[in-house]
Amino acid sequence: MLIIECPFCGSRDEREFDYGGLAKPPRGRIAEVASDREWLDYLLIAEEQGEIAEEYWWHVRGCGEWIKIRRNTLTHDIESPEGASRS
Amino acid sequence: MNMDRYSFWTLARNAVSGHRKLRPAWRRHQPKSKYDVLIVGAGGHGLATAYYLASRFGGRNIAVLERGWVGGGNVARNTVTVRSNYLRDESIPFFARSVRMFGELSRELNYNLMHSRRTMIDIVQTSPKLRELKRRMKIMDMHGSSYEEISVSEVRRRIPALTGAREGSRLPIIAGMVHKDAAVNRHDAVAWAYARAADSLGVEIHQNTEVTSLVVDSSGRISGVETKFGTISARKVALAVSGHTFMLARTAGLGLPLRTFNLTAFVSEPIKPVVDVVVNCPDLGCYFSQTARGELIIGGHPDPGLSYRRDIKQNVFEGTVSGLLELFPSFGRLKLLRQWGGHLDIAPDGSPIIDRTSVGGLFVTAGWWGGYKAIPAGGLCLAKLIATGEHHRLASSFTLARFDRLDYIMEAGTTTVV
Repeated sequence: MLIIECPFCGSRDEREFDYGGLAKPPRGRIAEVASDREWLDYLLIAEEQGEIAEEYWWHVRGCGEWIKIRRNTLTHDIESPEGASRS
Repeated sequence: MNMDRYSFWTLARNAVSGHRKLRPAWRRHQPKSKYDVLIVGAGGHGLATAYYLASRFGGRNIAVLERGWVGGGNVARNTVTVRSNYLRDESIPFFARSVRMFGELSRELNYNLMHSRRTMIDIVQTSPKLRELKRRMKIMDMHGSSYEEISVSEVRRRIPALTGAREGSRLPIIAGMVHKDAAVNRHDAVAWAYARAADSLGVEIHQNTEVTSLVVDSSGRISGVETKFGTISARKVALAVSGHTFMLARTAGLGLPLRTFNLTAFVSEPIKPVVDVVVNCPDLGCYFSQTARGELIIGGHPDPGLSYRRDIKQNVFEGTVSGLLELFPSFGRLKLLRQWGGHLDIAPDGSPIIDRTSVGGLFVTAGWWGGYKAIPAGGLCLAKLIATGEHHRLASSFTLARFDRLDYIMEAGTTTVV
């Protein structure tokens, strides 16, 4: 089970969170400037799935904050927790 | 086929000689430097593809390269459920064919797969889920796969151990859906039977031979693979490596629309026969059946987020068990014996990919969740594509090009897991 550092609540276990997906650039901005190929790659290709995935977790059963973390997809170690609101 | 046939007579004869004269089911070879076709991954799909290439399309000079051992990957990391209750016009005929092929496979491969057609029952507890399953039923009616609704009392009659979720509980059962075509069988036997049959047709199986990268020539075509034995050349290479497809394709500069997740399962101690159907609880997110050994084999949701781990998370395990105990409170007394995980590579629409890629000569079979049930048809379709360059009609929609048009074959949401 992941232990995720919440900027408001401290270290909390994964059961308090929902997974919020990979931390990609905000969709609106991409859609305006992207070519068709870039748009498809944005929607489909998860380049982030190497060793480290940057992803959002929602502290839905806690304070409600969106948190961005960098997580190793093999060891599940979390590095550099960072509070972030999802735009 | 050039192999010892297994039968009651050979079993009896070998028993007399203490089974010392039995030949290995497949041979060991030194890898050659060149093959016509290389298949990466000696799991269900890789071995089935090799077998059908050799048996149906006259393929020769084929090798299957495996990092670990035959049948040590996802073919051994599933819940052995074979079924065809899917949603889309493209999916149902493909999976229905695969289920039929499984039924005939023991005979074709001369290997007892312990195939047991035993029906699957969905226990429905919410009306949105019932509506969704009834929609699926009507589409399945059009494609000759069986799905029908039964009453709550009939559900309880068929599954006597189902004593929870009564009237007045949090989520009372409101109906059941019966899929008569569903079956279970023995996963090791499926891998071993395909390996043995492929070997007898001249396919070389190389275990402990990890492919570390793909080799692309200056014209952008595949020319072989890198292994610890050096470069092995081939004009055609097929990837059947489940969760590692994205990373391996990356070594040829190819980005595929796949994400890798860990899906886990676990088994209880063996008990006397208690449930004779495959039970699926879509509202609570768990499913199970009882194996021939008497163990309950239980699965639930995949881990949230990308993962290359194969262990089970305590919260995922607790979530599955608490759901199961709502329906089957008596199972709370069971001890659990083993757990495992497997890597799924999931496409955005939840449907598989059986296709060539933009790298000439490189083929891929990927995006399988519940890929176990698809082993025979998946192998047949990929073999046809490799041998003839043309898609099998059952898999002609499972292309990479569909993503260029965002023409999804939406199966996401049609199983417990995704």
